[in-house]
Amino acid sequence: MKLELIISGFGGQGVLFAGNLIAQASMIANYNVTYLPVYGPEMRGGTCNCTVIISKKSIASPIVARPSFLIIMNYPSFIKFVPKLKKAGSAIINSDFVKPENIEDFEKLEKKYKFYFIPVSSLAESLNTPLLANLCAIGAFYQITKVFNRKQFEKALKEILSKGKAHLFEPNLKAFELGAQYIKKNYKI
Amino acid sequence: MKTKKILVKGVEAIALGALEAECKCYFGYPITPQNDIPEFMARELPKRGGVFLQAESELAAINMLLGACATGTRAMTTSSSPGISLMCEGFSYIAALELPAVIVNVMRGGPGLGGIEASQGDYFQAVKGSGHGDFHFLVLAPYNAQEAYELTAKAFELAEKYRNPIMILSDAILGQMKEPLVLKKLKIKKYPKDDWALTGAKGRPSRFLRSLFLDAQELKEMNIKLMKKYKAMQKDIKFESDISEEDNIIVVAFGSIARIAKEAVNNLREKGYSVGYFRPITLFPFPEKPIKKIIEKAKKPLKFIVPELNCGQMIEDVRLAVEGRASVISLPYPPSVIPFPEEIEKEIKKCLNSLSSRKV
Repeated sequence: MKLELIISGFGGQGVLFAGNLIAQASMIANYNVTYLPVYGPEMRGGTCNCTVIISKKSIASPIVARPSFLIIMNYPSFIKFVPKLKKAGSAIINSDFVKPENIEDFEKLEKKYKFYFIPVSSLAESLNTPLLANLCAIGAFYQITKVFNRKQFEKALKEILSKGKAHLFEPNLKAFELGAQYIKKNYKI
Repeated sequence: MKTKKILVKGVEAIALGALEAECKCYFGYPITPQNDIPEFMARELPKRGGVFLQAESELAAINMLLGACATGTRAMTTSSSPGISLMCEGFSYIAALELPAVIVNVMRGGPGLGGIEASQGDYFQAVKGSGHGDFHFLVLAPYNAQEAYELTAKAFELAEKYRNPIMILSDAILGQMKEPLVLKKLKIKKYPKDDWALTGAKGRPSRFLRSLFLDAQELKEMNIKLMKKYKAMQKDIKFESDISEEDNIIVVAFGSIARIAKEAVNNLREKGYSVGYFRPITLFPFPEKPIKKIIEKAKKPLKFIVPELNCGQMIEDVRLAVEGRASVISLPYPPSVIPFPEEIEKEIKKCLNSLSSRKV
C-alpha cells in the first residue's frame, strides 16, 4: 500500500495542521510516512499545500509529481492539482468553495477520478467552529481510506494538541466525526 | 524499555542528536530554514544544565563556539547558507586550534541572500574551503530524520576523535520535512581532553591554544600534522551503495536529492533496467575508493550520473574518483527547481539509450 496525498487550500484553512495530523496518525498505525510542507508567505491568504506519503515500504522521495489522493479546500487548488491526480485517483473536495458547474469538462474529470464533494466549511460552521473545516476533511479521509482507526486518530490528535491546547480535543474530534458521518451517509465506500 | 518513535522535522532530529551526545552549549543567530533548532535548544538545553545563547551575530556565535570548545565542552552552532558564510573566519581558527566543534548548515538557495528554498549550493564551501588556509571539515550529509539524529550525535564523537570541526550538511527539504524518528540510545564515545583543553592551570603547568606560528618551520609542521589527520579520516568514510555488476549506469547523489534519485532508480529497476545507486554520506573525505572499486568490478563500460540541487559541484569529486575511466554526467537543478523522480528517471533513460543498452 502506498498513498501519496496532497492537501491544498488557502493559508489559514489548516492545511499544514491536517497534513501533520494525518502523518502522525498513519505513523501510529505503523506506516512509514513523510510530511513535507511548503513554507513561506502562505500564512494568510495565499494558497498553501503539503505532501504526505503513507507507505508500508520505506519511502524514498518525499515529493510526488502525481498524487493518488487529494484534499482540495478551495477552487485554485482544484485547478492546480486535479490535473496532476493519478489515474483512478481520489479527491475530497470542499463543495462550499468548489462547485461542479464552475469547472470546465467536469463530466470528463468525474469519469476519470473518484470525487467526494463535502461541504467541510459549512459543516465546521454548523458546530460553531469554522476553523475546523480541516478536521471535517480528515474525518472524510478516515472514512474513505481507513489508513488509521479511530483510536489511532485520537492518540495522534492528543499528541499534536500539546498541553496548552488540550481543551481543543473535543471540538476537533466532533468536527472529525461530522466529516466521517457525511461520507458514510452520502457515499458508498 | 521500548524505544520511542516520534514524528519530527529533520532539524529537530539534528537537535535531538546533539542532546543524545550530551551537547552542553549552543550558540547561534536566527536564520530560516533552521530556526527550529535554536527554538528547541533554547527550551531543552537549560533543563539539562546546558547553556543556550543567542548571539548578536554569526561572527559572535562562531567565536563563542570556539571558546566553549577550547575548554573541552561539547558545543555546537547551526545556521543556514548566508549565516555560514559569516562564520568562515571562525572555522579557520577552530581548525587551526584543532577544536572539536560541531557546525550545522541547513542549506538554502544562494548566492547572496538567495532564497529559502532547498539547495545544495554550499557543497564546495563545506568540502573545499570555508575559510582561509589549508584545512577541512569532516562533512556528514544525512538524507533522512533518522540519519540526521544519528550522524549529529556521531559528529560529537568524531570531532573529539580527530580534534577537528565537523560539519553536518543538510538542506531546507530535509530540515522542514517531518518523518518518524526512532529515539535509539546511541553509544557516543568520549575522548580524553586533559592533555589539551583549557580548564584552568590548577595543579598543572599552564598551557595555551594558538594559531599564530611566526616560526616558518613550526607552521609547516602544523600543516603537515593537519594533512596527516585528514588522511586518517579515510577510516571514517561512510556511504550507501546499491549496485550490481550488471549495472552500466550509476546514479551518485547526496542529501535530499539522493532520495528523489533513489525513487527514480527503484522505478527503473522495476521496469527491468539495470541502474545502480551510490550515496556518499561523508562528503569529506569523499568515498573515492568505493567508486574506484565499482569501476574495477563492472562488467560493462560505466556512466555516472550526478544529480545535484546546484549547478554541478559534487560532480567534480566524482570525476576525480573516476579518473577518466568512465563518463560522468551532471544533472544540475539550481534552487527552486526540485525535480520529481520522473524527471530524473527520464534523464537516466536518455543515458541508457545513448549507451544503446537493452532491457534485461
